[in-house]
Amino acid sequence: MINKLVANAEEALKGIEDGMTIMMGGFGLCGIPENSITALIKKGTKNLTCISNNAGVDDFGLGLLLQTKQIKKMISSYVGENAEFERQMLSGELEVDLVPQGTLATRCMMAGYGIPFFPTPAGVGTEVAIGKQIINWKGRDYLMEEAFEADFAIVKAWKGDSAGNLIFRSTARNFNQPMSMGGKITIAEVEHLVPLGELVPDQIHTPGIYVHRIFQGSNYEKRIEQRTVRKK
Amino acid sequence: MLDKNGIAKRIAKEVKDGMYVNLGIGIPTLVANFIPEGVNVELQSENGILGMGPFPFEGEEDADLINAGKQTVTLLPGSSIFDSALSFGMIRAQKVHLTILGAMEVSENGDIANWKIPGKMVKGMGGAMDLVASAKNIIVAMQHVNKAGESKLLPKCDLPLTGIRCVKKIVTELAVLDVLPEGGFKLVERAPGVSVEDIRKATAGKLIVEGDVPEMVI
Repeated sequence: MINKLVANAEEALKGIEDGMTIMMGGFGLCGIPENSITALIKKGTKNLTCISNNAGVDDFGLGLLLQTKQIKKMISSYVGENAEFERQMLSGELEVDLVPQGTLATRCMMAGYGIPFFPTPAGVGTEVAIGKQIINWKGRDYLMEEAFEADFAIVKAWKGDSAGNLIFRSTARNFNQPMSMGGKITIAEVEHLVPLGELVPDQIHTPGIYVHRIFQGSNYEKRIEQRTVRKK
Repeated sequence: MLDKNGIAKRIAKEVKDGMYVNLGIGIPTLVANFIPEGVNVELQSENGILGMGPFPFEGEEDADLINAGKQTVTLLPGSSIFDSALSFGMIRAQKVHLTILGAMEVSENGDIANWKIPGKMVKGMGGAMDLVASAKNIIVAMQHVNKAGESKLLPKCDLPLTGIRCVKKIVTELAVLDVLPEGGFKLVERAPGVSVEDIRKATAGKLIVEGDVPEMVI
């Protein structure tokens, strides 16, 4: 088996340079690559374009990279939970490209399927359609949406092995799976790095061919954004 | 006149046995509380759940298990989990039968605006544009008029659109209305104690009233 194992986040992030485009897995704070975000702050890489469904909160997730002004542009579907984000967006420091969520996920996935563009009805007749090619197929209009071209994809998985095979847990699969297939270089941090042969081949979500670097993560906070409960 | 729970209760009558249903944030989420026993449906959450259950008991929250509103939830026996691309694949392929969501404005030809107010902080459309572009059946749950007392049922939406010609039915605190394919809001039911005249006053778009309009039973 080809060995994708690296020692830690610092080693995994080698080659990430100012101005690059990075996919960042997670939905809200669920399943975000916490170790890599911390290492990216330490590394100090600037002018990043981040493809991520959300932008974290002020003191966690991608919000931390906004505080340090390392992000130049966000490509997201929903960004409401972050005051610093709002400030930077209104002052013009931060560029924001809002993309319908299904289109965003599919554009990540397509990069891993080798499909350059796809037609979708999402956004037809809205401002999302401005400047895009529209094709009519069997009487219905579709927007042509392009696959993302990201220099790196950084994802968080539950389990993984040194061959780069990944299994996600519960709804932390979200954008992590399509993004894990979509980077020119994909970095995966995992909660449990397991020996080769332990993952059941039938149950693997992302085959190792898509993953270039994998490392055992540590100290996961796994913060909950909206804690909702019922009484016993 | 209905309160929020009343609107949700009335919409729950539209949820039929065997449906896969996506509920938006706000009043639509309340609909889940009023689906009758014996009506078997599965709730889809677009971050990747079919068969979503209620909130967890205190102490049993799982950070890896949330709904599209980022709230901690549970899974029912028989549920499934999938990634975001597949989630919107099943929405785009119209496997999800019914989408219930809120709106700021709906026009008489079924256009919907619910994601952006110019001049205010824009949070984004999330999955709303994908959902309204592909759902076979869309029911809007909303107040009939906005906080300034202006009708939200309009000849044409003023706000930036989320989708075009897609809304099939609207349930407000005053009425149930069908959006006709040829255009116009057809008054189907009145809320208890609300007159056709009350509804007419609150509806800026073309209101179609045929015969006696029954009072809703909820």
